[in-house]
Amino acid sequence: MNPTLYPPARVTQTSSHLVRFGWTITDTWTMTRRDLLHWRLRPATVIMGWFFPVMIVLLFGLFFGGAIRIPQGGSYFEFLMPGMFATTMLFNLDTTMIAVTTDASKGVTDRFRSLPMSASAVVLGRCLADLLNSLVGLTILIGAGLLLGWRWHGSMSSSLGAVGLLLLLRFALLWVGILCGLLARGPESVAAVQVLVWPISFLSNVFVDPSTMPPWLGMLAQWNPLSATTEAIRHLFLNPGWQTGTWISEHAVFLAVVYPLLITACFLPLSVRTYRRLSR
Amino acid sequence: MEHSGSAIAAYHVCKRYAGTKEKAALNGFDLEVPSGTICALLGPNGAGKTTAVKILSTLLQLDAGLARVAGFDVTTQARQVREHIGLVGQYAAIDEILTARQNLVLFARLNHLSSRQAALCADTLLEQFALTEAAKKPVSTFSGGMRRRLDLAASLIVSPSVLFVDEPTTGLDPAGRREVWAAMRSLVATGTTMLLTTQYLEEADQLAHRICMLKEGRVIAEGTPDALKSALGGDWLDIVLHPDTDINFVAHIVKPVARGDLDIDRQANRISIPITERTKALLAVAMALSEAGIEPEDLTLRRPTLDEVFLHLTGPARSANALEVAS
Repeated sequence: MNPTLYPPARVTQTSSHLVRFGWTITDTWTMTRRDLLHWRLRPATVIMGWFFPVMIVLLFGLFFGGAIRIPQGGSYFEFLMPGMFATTMLFNLDTTMIAVTTDASKGVTDRFRSLPMSASAVVLGRCLADLLNSLVGLTILIGAGLLLGWRWHGSMSSSLGAVGLLLLLRFALLWVGILCGLLARGPESVAAVQVLVWPISFLSNVFVDPSTMPPWLGMLAQWNPLSATTEAIRHLFLNPGWQTGTWISEHAVFLAVVYPLLITACFLPLSVRTYRRLSR
Repeated sequence: MEHSGSAIAAYHVCKRYAGTKEKAALNGFDLEVPSGTICALLGPNGAGKTTAVKILSTLLQLDAGLARVAGFDVTTQARQVREHIGLVGQYAAIDEILTARQNLVLFARLNHLSSRQAALCADTLLEQFALTEAAKKPVSTFSGGMRRRLDLAASLIVSPSVLFVDEPTTGLDPAGRREVWAAMRSLVATGTTMLLTTQYLEEADQLAHRICMLKEGRVIAEGTPDALKSALGGDWLDIVLHPDTDINFVAHIVKPVARGDLDIDRQANRISIPITERTKALLAVAMALSEAGIEPEDLTLRRPTLDEVFLHLTGPARSANALEVAS
């Protein structure tokens, strides 16, 4: 066989950047709609995911809440809810991971890669669908919080800012989920991550005051990105928090922006690299 | 859409998976598939079949060599290649939660069809693959054969000029296999070029115009099924005996007719004799049996099966494995 004998390549018009961008948007929406269809066809899974944090709130609020003393007094729910909002963003990690692993193991990812569709739409669609999922979950949890006596006391704009910070954290964790999903070898790895999110959420200021922990553990808890977001939205909702006067507490909003950006800066390139490496 | 000459051409393709110390998955792989024909890549597990398909369908990058599909280079013109190919991977690559129709519409939309075209296309394909009745059921309720057919349908959305089908019937029951074969035959009629990989010799024999036998990352033999069978030279004479007949005795008396070693299958009570001249051999065996007063259950002249060709070519080291997958 002689390589020079091959028929010449057919000349196709190279599509302009604008046209390509248009397709990226369209493909992303198609991919997002696929997930929304999943919600409709498998409602139980999605609804379970939305109400799981509500169950945790009831568990902690009603069982342990009475035993925990709040410095400024008042309801434990006032204190717990902002932390649970942030923790929910962490719990949602497994939604992303399961979706990515399932597609990769079933060969669906390979099919997407063999289509002339926009490659980034696969990830962007995942991104949009998961953010929507978290937003619905957050709305339900806010509703539950209101029923239990939690209120936001800040202005509407700072409350919306708090929701923005939560979604920013979710966005950052999305890339962690995509990376874990691509590296996962099956459902067992998903289970491992589902277990690991627990110590991460406990090692924070979400449920208790880090200063009651052994000093080194308390230090870790204070610097946990989850604590930063929790502390920041307590500020924005004007809900009570633990520490006052520490550097971390003073700069909570700043940290709640910087941490997710740092996580994204690490995990977004890693995810993209791993996705590209599928062709090695 | 039409290309003169080869729809698929690979020249000395090499591929070694990153981080593995094992032998190269492809090691000087050459292939040429003319437009409108079906070629089967046949080989045992680990021969490099799936790697070849993944490289030709742009899912994997090659390390060395050159490959063109539908006239486009798989490395530098991957996007154009993707516009011309369909891929049916080893697993039914469909969304299990969605219904059959929703799957087809999804993939049609991702092939950049308008929503109306996508709906039309989905309905046509559902009908073509006899899935109309199951169209609104979630794929998780489908049988293996139905999933495979849906998978095939999803690969045909843009009527690809080249279709890659990687082990289409692995893991299917006989009914499912027949369903998929029928679907694939109907595609042959439409003139699609197809590259099929399989471990089943029967499948290659049934579907393919040409067969490439793959061993350790390179093509060791290629040709039409008939040509490959002739390549082994000579025919076989099969004697099937009654279970009570002494098979060793019969083997002893027919041995002088054989031009090589007898193939004795004790479980099936069958002796296969390699022969050169058909009529003479048949007469000699019939005489010998008649003189010994043995009445065989069956006495057949036949060409070698692809299994025999394959075992002959791949050698004894591979034969146990190949036999196992072929049976």
